[in-house]
Amino acid sequence: MMNNAFAQPMWLNGPAPGQFYNFMGGNTQAELPRELTTAGPFGTKHSTAAITTGSSVVGIRYAGGVLVAADTLVSYGSLARYQNIDRVFKINDKILLGGSGDFADIQSIKRSIDQKMIEDQCCNDGVVMKPKSLASWLTRVLYNRRSRMNPLYIDVVVAGVDEAGVPFLGNVDLRGRAYDDYVVATGFGRHLALPLVRERKPKDRDFTFEEASNLIRECMKVLYYRDTRSIPQYTVGICSASDCSVKGPFKVEENWTFAETVEGY
Amino acid sequence: MGPGFDFTDTPVSTGTTIMAVEFDGGVVIGADSRTSSGAYVANRVTDKLTQISDKIYCCRSGSAADTQAIADIVAYSLNYHRNQTSKEPLVWEAASEFRNFCYNYRDSLLAGIIVAGWDEERGGQVYSVPLGGMLTRESCTIGGSGSSFIYGFVREHYRPGMPKEECIEFVKKAVQHAIFHDGSSGGVVRIGIIDKDGIERRLFYNTESGESKIAGSQSFIN
Repeated sequence: MMNNAFAQPMWLNGPAPGQFYNFMGGNTQAELPRELTTAGPFGTKHSTAAITTGSSVVGIRYAGGVLVAADTLVSYGSLARYQNIDRVFKINDKILLGGSGDFADIQSIKRSIDQKMIEDQCCNDGVVMKPKSLASWLTRVLYNRRSRMNPLYIDVVVAGVDEAGVPFLGNVDLRGRAYDDYVVATGFGRHLALPLVRERKPKDRDFTFEEASNLIRECMKVLYYRDTRSIPQYTVGICSASDCSVKGPFKVEENWTFAETVEGY
Repeated sequence: MGPGFDFTDTPVSTGTTIMAVEFDGGVVIGADSRTSSGAYVANRVTDKLTQISDKIYCCRSGSAADTQAIADIVAYSLNYHRNQTSKEPLVWEAASEFRNFCYNYRDSLLAGIIVAGWDEERGGQVYSVPLGGMLTRESCTIGGSGSSFIYGFVREHYRPGMPKEECIEFVKKAVQHAIFHDGSSGGVVRIGIIDKDGIERRLFYNTESGESKIAGSQSFIN
């Protein structure tokens, strides 16, 4: 994996070719066990690429809250291996998290986030973390991991409302790139759902809850038709000032009747 | 494969079929008995149903060395925990320890594990810890290279809430089907039934008649 392109004049007096160079200044990663920070060269050489993966996640912001939807499939390559997995999580009363990419990494980051929420509860001051804050924290963590050449192979949607009820919808990816908008999506959803929702956005106002729900239903339908790594069952997280929960599983509407009109090819 | 390819260098793997099913009051676990090293059968009577504690077992697939090492560590750790707390470990605790290993060392390991057993809190449970180190509970799960061939069979014949004897028959048949198709699976079908009283082991032979010993053709001349 480490290639000899690093062996250039600027590396005079630096580490041997292929050796990991620590840019951190004082904070060496030697403090943490190797296994936990770098892609290991020990033992069998397995790729750190995603193994058990979740496909698209779609999020839509409406006047008063957010909706986050994802199907309930975790794939093993092309095999539809685990077909009843919730990929939308309630983090606290104000935050939802939708996870795609390597599911073991999603479970790992969720554990860290849950620990943070417990610390919040221990403070016992009635203050819960806001979605924007969590998104910022995730950005830093994911960027740091990618800079150490050991990414968490995930693409997440962070959504919720702040203490004033103002909705937030953001997306953070495996490189630590983050942004927020009225519609976000990961994976295939980025190609199919984003244009679909953007086209229907009224110019002068937010979506209503009904519009947002219908759009979610339609996005999940299109994703089921056109994504090979999908199943027609999904869960939807809803977060508004009054309610934060994950609902489902729901079924995707399908219509194959016109198939009999096609012949020949 | 190429010049210099040496059979003795291929890692020993439990190219395998493993399976576990929950029933009301316990679990049924099953596995084949072949350990292969490339094309050579290193052990034709392997026991892949490894004890972690009295009522928690794991089914191992992937690298034999990796899974044996992890199983030993988890069994030791749970035994220590049991001594400290005077309580039988939970199946979920064993599964979680397996997951922590398989996730943190995912780049160095080839281990696909099914953890199954019985505890007082939640009864019979089956947990799946596949290659990347995720953890999920399933009422019926299959694993190993041979499992690819029986996804259809399992989908067709599994019903949630089957009684114990039906589960045993189902697991036996499924593993036999996998052995038939998968070159890396073979030998006998080892079954374990775990409930509140512990484990009962059963052994099924994969021969036509079900007998353990088959006399071959005695002569090639009529």
